[in-house]
Amino acid sequence: MTTVTNGVNVQALLDAREVLKGAPEAAQFTWRASSTWRDGVHSTTTVRDFFGLGEERSHKTESVFEADHPEVFAAEDNGITPIEYLLVGLASCLTAGVASVAQNRGIQLRSVQSTVQGRHDIRGILGADSDVRNGFNDIKVTFTIDADASPQEIEALVAQSQKRSAVFDALTNPTDVTVEVA
Amino acid sequence: MIGAGHAGLAVSRFLGGAGIDHLVLERGEVGNSWRRERWDSLRLLTPNWLTRLPDHPYQGPDPDGYLSAHEVADFIGGFAAASRAPVRTGTEVTSVRAAAADGQGHGHGHDGYLVRTDQGEIRARCVVIASGACNVPVVPGFKDALPDSIRELTPFDYTGPAALPEGGVLVVGGSATGVQLAAELRRSGRPVVLSTGEHVRLPRTYRGRDVLWWMQASGVWDQRHDEVDDLERARALPSPQLVGTPERSTLDLNALIELGVEPVGRWAAVRDGRALFSGGLRNVCSLADLKMERLLDTFDEWARKYADDDLTDEPQRFAPTRVPASARLQLDLRGGEIQTVVWATGFRPDYRWLDVPVLDAKGRLRHVGGVVTDSPGLYAVGLPVLRRRKSTFIHGAEDDAREVVEHLTGYLAGRH
Repeated sequence: MTTVTNGVNVQALLDAREVLKGAPEAAQFTWRASSTWRDGVHSTTTVRDFFGLGEERSHKTESVFEADHPEVFAAEDNGITPIEYLLVGLASCLTAGVASVAQNRGIQLRSVQSTVQGRHDIRGILGADSDVRNGFNDIKVTFTIDADASPQEIEALVAQSQKRSAVFDALTNPTDVTVEVA
Repeated sequence: MIGAGHAGLAVSRFLGGAGIDHLVLERGEVGNSWRRERWDSLRLLTPNWLTRLPDHPYQGPDPDGYLSAHEVADFIGGFAAASRAPVRTGTEVTSVRAAAADGQGHGHGHDGYLVRTDQGEIRARCVVIASGACNVPVVPGFKDALPDSIRELTPFDYTGPAALPEGGVLVVGGSATGVQLAAELRRSGRPVVLSTGEHVRLPRTYRGRDVLWWMQASGVWDQRHDEVDDLERARALPSPQLVGTPERSTLDLNALIELGVEPVGRWAAVRDGRALFSGGLRNVCSLADLKMERLLDTFDEWARKYADDDLTDEPQRFAPTRVPASARLQLDLRGGEIQTVVWATGFRPDYRWLDVPVLDAKGRLRHVGGVVTDSPGLYAVGLPVLRRRKSTFIHGAEDDAREVVEHLTGYLAGRH
C-alpha cells in the first residue's frame, strides 16, 4: 500500500481503541465551556480545560467565542448566532471523520470542502406558532472531495464519517440535558 | 452437550464418529426453539438445497424452497434419529461448574465439570454449550417509559397478526425478523411504522441465483473468524433483510415502503410519552446500500474469475433505498395511532446456568473459535461467526462442529 499522508495519526487512534476496550473508565471525557453575558444577547464563551484519560487537561491555548444575533434581529452582531455554532461543530466533526477514515483506508485526500445549511423557522423561538419547533427544521451537508478514490469509496468515507461522528450523533439523537441554577 | 438443536447434534455426530462417549441434554424436545419459540410464518433464510447437516442433506421435492420452522424442527429430528444421537429430552441444565480437582489443584485447577440438571447430576470431562444464540429477546431499557396503553410483544410472544389488537404497529428493528413482521402486519391491513438503525440489505436473488448461493459459491461465507477484519463487529451484525417465500421476493426497505410501511430512524428514547427517533435514517440507509454494492462487486469479481459459463445473467444494480424526504422524528404513543410495539431488537444467549467465569463485561462468552480458552474442556457452538461467517446457519454447523470436536479430541488425549 502506498503511503498516505492526510496528517491523521490513525495508528495512535487504533492503539487507543485497543487500550480503552479494556479500560472504559479512562475513556470517560468531560468537555467544558464557560460563558459570560456581555450585553443584550451578546455573550462570550471560553473553552480551555477538559477532563480525560483520568485527569484534568487543558488545550494549548484558550479559545474565545463571541455569540450574538445579527442586525436583522435588532442586535449588534458581535458574533455568530448560537445555533450557527452547531453548524461549525457538525462541519468540523464530519471533516475530521473524513480525514481519519481516509487515512485508515489508505485514501489520499487532496481537498475536502463542505457547506452546511441548517433551515430554521424562527417562528418557533419567537413563540409565533406553537407548532413550529425552536431548532433546525433540517440540516444539509454537502461535501466536495478530491481524492485518489472512486466515487463509491468517497461516498463510503462520508457515510462512515457520519457513523462515527460525535456531533452528528448529538444532533440526530436526543440527549439528556440538565440546566440548573448554581 | 447442552442443547439438541442443529449445532449440538452436529457436534454429537462427530463425537460419535470419534468414539467419544457423550450425552446431549435437552430442556424440551429436539429442535425445541424451532417448535416453541418462533412465529407461525417463519421460514429459513437459506434455500433447501443449502439446508444440510453432516451426511443429512435436504431430500424433499423443493430444493429452491425454504423450510418452515416446524419443518426445520422435523429436519433436525430426522438428523438426530439418523445419527442415533444420545439425547436426553426434558432435561434442563440448572448449573455447570468446574469440578474441584482432587488434592491441591494447580494449573487449570479443575477436573472436568459438574452439570446439575432437574433430573440429577452428571460429571463430564468436557462440556459443549450448544444452547443457542437467541434464547432471550433483547429490549431497550426505555421500554419502561412506554405508556401503559401500548401492548408490547417480542418475537417470542408473537405468533401472527391475529394475535395483535387492531390499529397501528410500531415494529422496532430492521433485521430479518423486523422486516418480516413489518411486512406481515402491514399485509394484515394495519398501519405499520418500522424503526431501523444499521441494517443489512440484500436482494433475495442476484443474477438469477439465490443471494445465499452467491455467499456460498464466492467463499464469503467461509471467511474464518481469524480472517475477519473486525470480529466483534461481524459477530454483532444484524441478520440480513431476507425472507424465504415461494416468490423469492426481496424484502428490503424499498419493498416495505412499496407495501406502505413507514420507515423511521433508530428509536433513541421516550420522552413525555413520545417515541423519539434518530435523524440519522438517511445515513444508515446509505451505509446499507454501499455495503450491498460492495458485496455485489465481490460476487461479480468472483464470477469473472471462476463462475461456470452457465451463469449467463448479467450483473445487476439496485435502486438506492428511497428514504422519505422527511422521516418522522417523533411519534405520540398516547395518541392512539400506535396500539402495539413489536420489539425485533435482537436476542442474546441465556447463560444464567453457567457458573464458570467465562463471560465478558457485556455477558458474552469469551471464546476463540468455540474454544473457551479460559476454562479448558469447555466449548461452544452455534454462535454468530463462531469459526466462520456461516456459523449460525444450519449448513454452517458442520465445519464448526468438526473442528471443535477435533480440538476436544486433542484435549481429551492430553494434547492441549
